[in-house]
Amino acid sequence: MTKTILVFLLFAGSLSAQAALDPAQVRQLAAEDSTEKVAAIRQLTQTADPDAVRVLKAMADDSLFLAGDKALIIDGDKAVDAITGKPVNMPANPESVTVNNRIRGELSSALAALKLFDSDLAVRLASAQKLQSQVTPEMAPLLARALEKEIDPQIKALLTLAYAQANLKNADPAARLAAVKELAETSSPTIKSVLLPLTEKAGEPDDKVRYEAIAAVKAIDSRLAMAENVGRAFSGLSLGSILLLGALGLAITYGVMGIINMAHGELLMVGAYATYGMQTLFRAYFPNAIDWYLPAAIPVAFFAAALVGVLMERTVIRWLYGRTLETLLATWGISLVLIQSARVLFGAQNVEVSNPSWMSGGIEIMPNLMLPWNRIIIIGFAMFVLFLVWVLMNKTRLGMFVRAVTQNRPMAGCVGVPTSRIDTMAFALGAGIAGLGGVALSQISNVGPDMGQGYIVDSFMVVVVGGVGQLAGAVWAALGLGIFSKLLEGWAGAVVAKILVLVFIIAFIQKRPQGIFALKGRFVE
Amino acid sequence: MRKPLTIRILSSLDTKSWIALGIFLALALVVVPVLHLNFPEDSAFHISTYAITLIGKIMCYALVAVAMDLIWGYGGILSLGHGLFFALGGYAFGMYLMRQIGRDGSYQSDLPDFMVFLDWKELPWFWVGSDSFGWVAFLALALPAVVAFVFGYFAFRSRIKGVYFSIITQALTYAAMLLFFRNETGFGGNNGFTDFKRILGYPITSSETRLVLFGLTAVMLAVTLVFAAWLVKSKFGRVLTAIRDAESRVMFIGYNPLWYKLTIWVISAVICGIAGALYVPQVGIINPSEMSPGNSIEIAIWVAVGGRGTLIGPIIGAFVVNLAKSWFTVSFPEYWLFFLGLLFIIVTLMLPQGLVGLWKKLMDKKGASA
Repeated sequence: MTKTILVFLLFAGSLSAQAALDPAQVRQLAAEDSTEKVAAIRQLTQTADPDAVRVLKAMADDSLFLAGDKALIIDGDKAVDAITGKPVNMPANPESVTVNNRIRGELSSALAALKLFDSDLAVRLASAQKLQSQVTPEMAPLLARALEKEIDPQIKALLTLAYAQANLKNADPAARLAAVKELAETSSPTIKSVLLPLTEKAGEPDDKVRYEAIAAVKAIDSRLAMAENVGRAFSGLSLGSILLLGALGLAITYGVMGIINMAHGELLMVGAYATYGMQTLFRAYFPNAIDWYLPAAIPVAFFAAALVGVLMERTVIRWLYGRTLETLLATWGISLVLIQSARVLFGAQNVEVSNPSWMSGGIEIMPNLMLPWNRIIIIGFAMFVLFLVWVLMNKTRLGMFVRAVTQNRPMAGCVGVPTSRIDTMAFALGAGIAGLGGVALSQISNVGPDMGQGYIVDSFMVVVVGGVGQLAGAVWAALGLGIFSKLLEGWAGAVVAKILVLVFIIAFIQKRPQGIFALKGRFVE
Repeated sequence: MRKPLTIRILSSLDTKSWIALGIFLALALVVVPVLHLNFPEDSAFHISTYAITLIGKIMCYALVAVAMDLIWGYGGILSLGHGLFFALGGYAFGMYLMRQIGRDGSYQSDLPDFMVFLDWKELPWFWVGSDSFGWVAFLALALPAVVAFVFGYFAFRSRIKGVYFSIITQALTYAAMLLFFRNETGFGGNNGFTDFKRILGYPITSSETRLVLFGLTAVMLAVTLVFAAWLVKSKFGRVLTAIRDAESRVMFIGYNPLWYKLTIWVISAVICGIAGALYVPQVGIINPSEMSPGNSIEIAIWVAVGGRGTLIGPIIGAFVVNLAKSWFTVSFPEYWLFFLGLLFIIVTLMLPQGLVGLWKKLMDKKGASA
């Protein structure tokens, strides 16, 4: 009885001012019974005293000892008094304080809580963030004290949340109500799970608080759902921009020359391996500028893929104009050769391409919605490439020739357009754009010999839906298919979504066999 | 005046071809079994189980190649999704083989092992009747036919053709592959069907069962070849060829290309289904990778190598390419894709008529110089 009173007094006292640690309490850390030890740890935590931090840390490190009635911290052959921190003589036979797993867990959360009082702002912030997921009702007074002392607004906001969480178990319904109201403003899944028990009669006897909790959970849910949808639309946009990078090149080659290039996915692969090559080069020769390897890879990938494209066109495709089905088979053969070449040159395993430091991380919009920088940059990059292609096709002489050949090949030839050279240039351009797509892909997916295969069906779908020879069609189809499939994915799972998209496309071209944007005019077969 | 059917069928092949077909059947039905059963394994005349399985497998592929030739060589429609029909036939028949395992699976359950693994308590509805040989044999034909009909009707009706059609068929088989990869689809997911034990109660790995299946495949191949030869020489076949060469003109003359295309498309799919059903018991496994776009496009190269629109060419092509594949994958596995890729390129560039065309050219030269 006396002991409880004593503890109570000490507890009250510790809240008020910087009282020195109570030796009895420190001794209690060495008690036989674990429950008593836990009680002592909690009480020491409440003092929020730097000395308490030292003692608890020592206990966690197994360097807290008891000699007679004195608690000592022994490090090697030096001993200090646990309470005062002053060096003392090494005692004859100190008795170590045993720590089991339960105590260890208790110690680590106590030390984490005490970090709230650290003088370093960063440490306090980290500790407050860590606390969010493990608030217990006992922490309420401690949090109140930390809140009182805190000056940084960001940490203060975090502590307010934690304090509200701790207050949910308060005996006073008014305090609980206030806490629930406070928490309703947040949008984090953890807070929702904390609030959930309060929505049932067993967890919350007071009606008012319960209704408030139900409303709060609803509010959080709707915010979470919105964030999820925004996230899905964003990843759809990001998928769409990847599809666009794949399909832009196809739209040019198929549109202009009527060539189905089955090796287009492998041109993406060439671009991705070129990126990998630049990364290796920078690592070996310019390690200080390693973050710049990616911008440097853009032209390299473009020209590497374009070169492969020119080779393809000059050696194989040139001889097959007008025989589209044969071109399809021959380019498939080229794709097999390219895949196997990559295997021989770089090995069958995926190679590692890492994001430059300025691409890692992201913008956190809500606790469950993070927009990664690499995706944002890729969307921007796709827009940039699209702009480039648009300028090239609409504002340059080459673009004019390409469009002329697309619309009427013999007539273009008659007025002096070198159609065969334009074919090569257009094919190289399409291949180069695929190479740019490869640069983007290398930042978000694996780089390996088979990487192109996964994109070829999707890219063709974009071209089929978009319509032949139309940049606008490819853009709308790519973004539309990207967002549509990501939204379906959230609703039906990845595989079913993919199947549904394919079924949708088959149904779509029933209605519009020429794609969204058909070339106006009549065709003679 | 139409000649009786027997005459018309007989006249679909010339005498030389009938003799060749007879020799082929005699080899498959008499010589191979005798050599396999009556000579010890170390004898030079012995035909190993490996060889029988390999040839049996390639004959199934040859069936697919003939089906592909009907649609591509005569119909002018390049399908990149024929692997789907092949796999559907295989899966349909595989269901029966899975049921024949009975309680001999790892879990000693009435259900196939993969269902026990998924903790399913009873067979899903589409497995009903899968223990009956007749029903499953029907399914192996009907399933590809129905899928082909529905898909073909919508595709041909809206006059999707050329590369568009090819790409859509590729997407179709790709979608089906993704579907079959899922465990919940109810066809064994990734692993597909394997570890078969019996067929009609006979042990599936015994020499006799193998020989019967081998002979059956050979007969099927011969029958299909004769049927196809008759078909393409009939009026139907001629209209089909006309559609291939000038669809608009045929339409203006008054034919509706839809039904011609659809008929040959469904026939082609059914032949693939039969090939798949014969393939599964001989090879002992069927899994979704059979539906991968790469597999289907390989079928096209068999036909192209042999020679389109010749019926015998695709069979030769299937044998040449697949024998080369078996040899390469054992001796130089890393060069197989180079070889296959170059084959695609060279055949399309240099041999538009395939091996049969090359042979004819050589014969013509010889005839001219003599």
